[in-house]
Amino acid sequence: MSHQKEWPLWEVFIRSKQGLDHKHVGSLHAADAEMAIQNARDVYTRRMEGVSIWVVESRNIHASNPDESAAFFDPANDKVYRHPTFYEVPAEIKNM
Amino acid sequence: METIVEKSLEEQFEEKIANEIRIEPKDWMPEQYRKTLVRQISQHAHSEIVGMLPEGNWITRAPSLKRKAILLSKVQDEAGHGLYLYSAAETLGTSRDQMINDLHSGKAKYSSIFNYPTLSWADIGAIGWLVDGAAIMNQVPLCRTSYGPYARAMVRVCKEESFHQRQGFEIMMSLCNGAPAQKQMAQEAFNRWWWPTLMMFGPKDEESPNTEQSMRWKIKRFTNDELRQRFVDMMVPQAEFLGLTVPDKDLKWNEAKNGYDFGDVDWEEFWNVVKGNGPCNKDRINARVKAHEEGAWVREAALAHAQKRAQREAADQAK
Ligand SMILES: [Fe+2]
Ligand SMILES: [Fe+2]
Repeated sequence: MSHQKEWPLWEVFIRSKQGLDHKHVGSLHAADAEMAIQNARDVYTRRMEGVSIWVVESRNIHASNPDESAAFFDPANDKVYRHPTFYEVPAEIKNM
Repeated sequence: METIVEKSLEEQFEEKIANEIRIEPKDWMPEQYRKTLVRQISQHAHSEIVGMLPEGNWITRAPSLKRKAILLSKVQDEAGHGLYLYSAAETLGTSRDQMINDLHSGKAKYSSIFNYPTLSWADIGAIGWLVDGAAIMNQVPLCRTSYGPYARAMVRVCKEESFHQRQGFEIMMSLCNGAPAQKQMAQEAFNRWWWPTLMMFGPKDEESPNTEQSMRWKIKRFTNDELRQRFVDMMVPQAEFLGLTVPDKDLKWNEAKNGYDFGDVDWEEFWNVVKGNGPCNKDRINARVKAHEEGAWVREAALAHAQKRAQREAADQAK
């Protein structure tokens, strides 16, 4: 049997329609970016799910560490004043 | 001040499961949970891929251009399902090559249903209607399975499945409304596929040792027997509508349980097919291995081409 070497893994992001964000939909293997985009079209947009595709080689994605997520996202925990609901608006005031 | 009790990783994991919080790839998980998922997801992926073979057998012989286009499209969907599932399994640390090797060596299993032959065009109708119907029954609860990437893959799969079942039902309906010989073809296909389809839900609960743990981890939401019962209850009225006779002399409505009583599956046949002795086990694996080996040069050439282009680009930039 021939020696095996896998094509690299790519993450696929699709914009479902003009005006919306690209959203992660899945991943696939491909030899290069062009092939990744073509394969993504064939697999992830068979029913007109997209108008634009991004692919990123998975090894280029850096992620926050889930084990540290409690501490990492902690700074946002006690800052309720960042939300509009923190503020009291008198009933007489309309449109705010 | 409140005391902070350090929770063990295991406790945190169990807490997430209890609170219906999905487990994601980089989260800590028990080794056995990971192993169970790799086995189940890769087995599921293999089933999608091997499942293309019995239907692919009829693409060139579909009775009309419309049916050919539909069947081609369905089989293409199944390839996509395989890909979604392989990708989900890869997030658990296994590799595509490893999974494919395991399929080809016989170490990994796939659904035993695909080891039965498709003898007539009516079999294509029966597969869509029954086999995809059973697959949907299995897959809908998996959209809520506890492992995030698996659940997301299943949502995508389920969206695509319902057309599969409907096109199968439509084929059966055309045959059942056709000439007596066509109706008979439909009945014979139904007879061939009914029992193997019931086997798709897996062994009886008391003979399925992994079920309990999988239910606790919320990988599975229903037991094999529960799903099998639901499937029978759903399909019998559809068969009646088509004017087909369910090939089970023990089938009887049971008012008390609000469901059908039905005969026992031939478990000896089931285990025999699982062990590799079904009518098409060897053909299926041989076809997969052949396709993989004959495609090796394409995979190598594409990689070599990509490397060459990358080198050229690097050289241009260095200028
Ligand atoms: Fe499928
Ligand atoms: Fe399907």
